[in-house]
Amino acid sequence: MSCILGSSSVQHAAKSNPASNDTDSWPLYLDAQSTTPLDPRVLDAMLPYFTHQYGNPHSRTHAYGWESEKAMEKARQQVADLIGADKKEIIFTSGATESNNISVKGVARFYKSKKRHVITTQTEHKCVLDSCRALENEGWDVTYLPVQKSGIIKMADLEASLRPDTALVSVMMVHNEIGVIQPIREIGAMCREHKVFFHTDAAQAVGKIPINVHDLNIDLMSVRSGTVPTPLVVGFGVACEIAKREMTYDHAHITKLSNKLIESITSRVSHITRNGDPEHSYPGCVNLSFAFVEGESLLMALKDVALSSGSACTSASLEPSYVLRAIGAEEDLAHSSIRFGIGRFTTEQEVEYTANKCVDHIERLREMSPLWEMVQEGIDLKSIQWSQH
Amino acid sequence: MAAGGGRQALALYKSLLRESQKFLAYNYREYALRRIRDGFKATRNVTEEATLQRELQHARESLEVIKRQVALGQLYRPPNLIIEKK
Repeated sequence: MSCILGSSSVQHAAKSNPASNDTDSWPLYLDAQSTTPLDPRVLDAMLPYFTHQYGNPHSRTHAYGWESEKAMEKARQQVADLIGADKKEIIFTSGATESNNISVKGVARFYKSKKRHVITTQTEHKCVLDSCRALENEGWDVTYLPVQKSGIIKMADLEASLRPDTALVSVMMVHNEIGVIQPIREIGAMCREHKVFFHTDAAQAVGKIPINVHDLNIDLMSVRSGTVPTPLVVGFGVACEIAKREMTYDHAHITKLSNKLIESITSRVSHITRNGDPEHSYPGCVNLSFAFVEGESLLMALKDVALSSGSACTSASLEPSYVLRAIGAEEDLAHSSIRFGIGRFTTEQEVEYTANKCVDHIERLREMSPLWEMVQEGIDLKSIQWSQH
Repeated sequence: MAAGGGRQALALYKSLLRESQKFLAYNYREYALRRIRDGFKATRNVTEEATLQRELQHARESLEVIKRQVALGQLYRPPNLIIEKK
């Protein structure tokens, strides 16, 4: 049974359909191309990373980060294994639309000094067609190959439209509306022969039909994991609502803990510098430098507290933070800084523990430092002539 | 299947089906039951020890996943589909 719905009948249908709190006659789902139910095995694997394993994969200094990175790299390998690629070739984006844009516009623009032509089909996904239209506005020629009644392109048409200045051919693998499969193997072979890049939008194909990107001579492939991440967006919305409601309360709590942390450490050890103006800082972010103590050593000593010596994005390199350098921190102090992050869920007990451990390790590390010994004796370190070796 | 393995397999099979019946979501429940039956049917004649152990381990792990996901589904109750009997 099929019918064409006008807008008024759509509204009527919406009213007579069950609302989400009617639990007895929810419709069946036969719209798999749009999205599919989340497999319970997938949710099971995801949940720890939504609950207790919330580390940033770029945090290099603690177990939360290491576990998160391990999980991401495992996922990368799993994706690669499905399509016969190397995991270094996998790039995670926000979705197939972004991937298609990156592929089409990226390849074209990169080779724009030598190439001027792109080939695609008339039945491609809108985001590929729009990307091609954008290229046309930049002076590119685009050939939109027609399809036969079968929905499949003619290889002869493709061959005839290839030019010496063709940069890219983009043909989707499985069509999202009619399900037809293009002759990917032949297209890949032809592109390889003519030294033209071959991109395929495989959003509807991956995990459903076998794909080996090297076998099929595919240079770029767009894949998607689902569609608009409704659960993530819903989560973000609720998080915003909560933040708005709780902001004053949270701020007071964090301020109290922040002050306690700073006071507890600075009242027991000397030569501490706070990086950043305390009058104009968010209390939940406390960056302290400890003179005569090496930052990494202190971080590793504080192994029972997940901390960082810089933002996660930069913790891969051992260079002192360019930020600390910019605020005029002395070179040696820039190496000795630790960032304490306090949030809604941080407890007073955690702050006490952290402060105590910090004090213990700072004292211990300073005991071992010859520089500290000299400072204790009243020597001005800046007056020392360090001999060359 | 080897005698010991056969008993273990049967026990796991029954547990898997019993737990899967508890899925409140129609599609999850039907898939689990179908997949478990077909999975055990396909490996009915396995005798090689390593393969057998691997299959049994996979079954054990699947049972844990099903238990957890069944529990979650009971906390976040899905509606009944129109083709489900009351």
